[in-house]
Amino acid sequence: MSVQRMHIGNAAGFSVDRMDVGGPVADALIESGQPAALFYETLAERTLAIAQRERRRDPEKGYTPDLAGFVRPVLKRCVSSGIPIIGNFGAANPIGAARHLHELAKELGIEGLRVAVVDGDDLREDIRGLRTEKWGDEKPLDLANTEILAANVYLGAQPIADALDLDPHIVVTGRVTDSALALGPLMQNFGWAANDWDKMAAGVLAGHLLECGSQITGGYHADPGRKDVSGLANVGFPIAEVEADGDIFVTKPAGTGGVVNTRTVKEQILYELDDPTHYLTPDATLDISNVQVEQVGPNRVRVTGARGRNAPETLKVTISADGGWLGEGEISYAGPNAMARAKLAAKIMRERVNHLGLDCDLRTDLIGTVSIHDGDTGELTASFDGEPREVRMRAAANAHDEATAALVAREVESLYCDGPAGGGGVRRSTTWRVKTGSVLVPRSDVKPRVTLVTEDDL
Amino acid sequence: MTSDNIIEVPLYEIAHGRTGDKGDRLNVSIIPFDDSGYDAIAEQATEARMLDMFRHRGATEARRYDLPKLKAFNFVIENVLQGGVNNSLNLDGHGKTLSFHALTMTVRVTPAILAAAEQARGD
Repeated sequence: MSVQRMHIGNAAGFSVDRMDVGGPVADALIESGQPAALFYETLAERTLAIAQRERRRDPEKGYTPDLAGFVRPVLKRCVSSGIPIIGNFGAANPIGAARHLHELAKELGIEGLRVAVVDGDDLREDIRGLRTEKWGDEKPLDLANTEILAANVYLGAQPIADALDLDPHIVVTGRVTDSALALGPLMQNFGWAANDWDKMAAGVLAGHLLECGSQITGGYHADPGRKDVSGLANVGFPIAEVEADGDIFVTKPAGTGGVVNTRTVKEQILYELDDPTHYLTPDATLDISNVQVEQVGPNRVRVTGARGRNAPETLKVTISADGGWLGEGEISYAGPNAMARAKLAAKIMRERVNHLGLDCDLRTDLIGTVSIHDGDTGELTASFDGEPREVRMRAAANAHDEATAALVAREVESLYCDGPAGGGGVRRSTTWRVKTGSVLVPRSDVKPRVTLVTEDDL
Repeated sequence: MTSDNIIEVPLYEIAHGRTGDKGDRLNVSIIPFDDSGYDAIAEQATEARMLDMFRHRGATEARRYDLPKLKAFNFVIENVLQGGVNNSLNLDGHGKTLSFHALTMTVRVTPAILAAAEQARGD
């Protein structure tokens, strides 16, 4: 008797991931004939502040801008094959995303689309009234004197499992913990109890392995001559085949590039991890200290040994506030004595910021040395003794206001005429920054909500 | 290790790794290409030495978690990202490039360990 497996595919690990990767994953899920779900993770920590701003400008917006780009290539085949699509692409406006998906279905000639929306994560209006605790040893934001741009609690997998009970074609969420996008369908499919900690842990691990997309199938891994990965231009996105007892087989669609081996899997297991025995999620505390990996076939790795303990009583809320402005400018020097001319340019920039009395923190880099590994004081760069044929001077400044940041960037362009010889290729930009802080709130104060949105509701 | 043939090499010759970030905290995995490199790394790639690798960036603490079953190490380094993606003036606010800095830490290994790593990484 064959063991029942659920196949969970991923087709995005971040909001700027490739939009044409879902097709091969969807096809592999369909071909397996097994219960399956396809998920997209497109919500970074600070994204919600930007999404809230979009929504204030246009009440219909505030979801992942590339929502249609991600879903268009797979929607028809997933709807006709009964494979639910799950994504946190609702961002600051999950209901708006649901409406947009209905428009997309109409455009594609799909009738009777069912979209389940999971929200209740948005605590922007409520957070000041809730009992909050410090998150770890992080210095908390001064909430009383801060304009809160976004405050979202990380929901867990249960509301996603509940949403799947409504038999939707798509589940759209706002903020949920990334791994819940995989654990939700596993709970719903296998009927795993929310307090069956080892099962929850296995599902969290499956989600953690998949949540960064190609980072487990050869992306973020290649080092030519050392860790060679072929076909990254067509890298296959991952599929986890999960058994009812929690064993996981990581693989990727046939005919795609990339590789799944014990190295790619180990790197991803430890990605963004702190204490490996305490990986905290809303659904379980995962202990990976007994996890083992084994290559069981080409592009096929078995992952076993996830252990779980009870989920925390509190849930994490990430709060976003205005973080001021970043001004950046870069200029290149090349050929003989390039390094000395770039150093002179950096010195001039520091003098100019002082001379103009600009209220900002300034950093200069000599790109082409070791500057990206350096601290703000330039200690590493100072000890660099190479003579690169090309060096790019970069100046970057944090300022409270846009005008100051923009002026620092402008000063870099002034170096064309007013700086060292042969400076070229200036690029400059000014970027709004979001700062985030986290607090904990009691689980009982969080009320996830599941709503089915059909054509009739529009 | 008492052999006269001990060679000093960067970790890069016997291990690979990846960084991730959370706020101002960086984690770096260090994974030997061949399991035979595990003990040498455990003995020599100490928390104190890893902290030294990142002092120029203001790092205040390095913790090492050993995973003998997975044959890997997880280093967690505090206050190393100058504010992280929220606030850093570094071009790489996430610290994504820093695994390759950590891999420049040197370790002393036997020729057998180095050969096993070369074999495993397919040189």
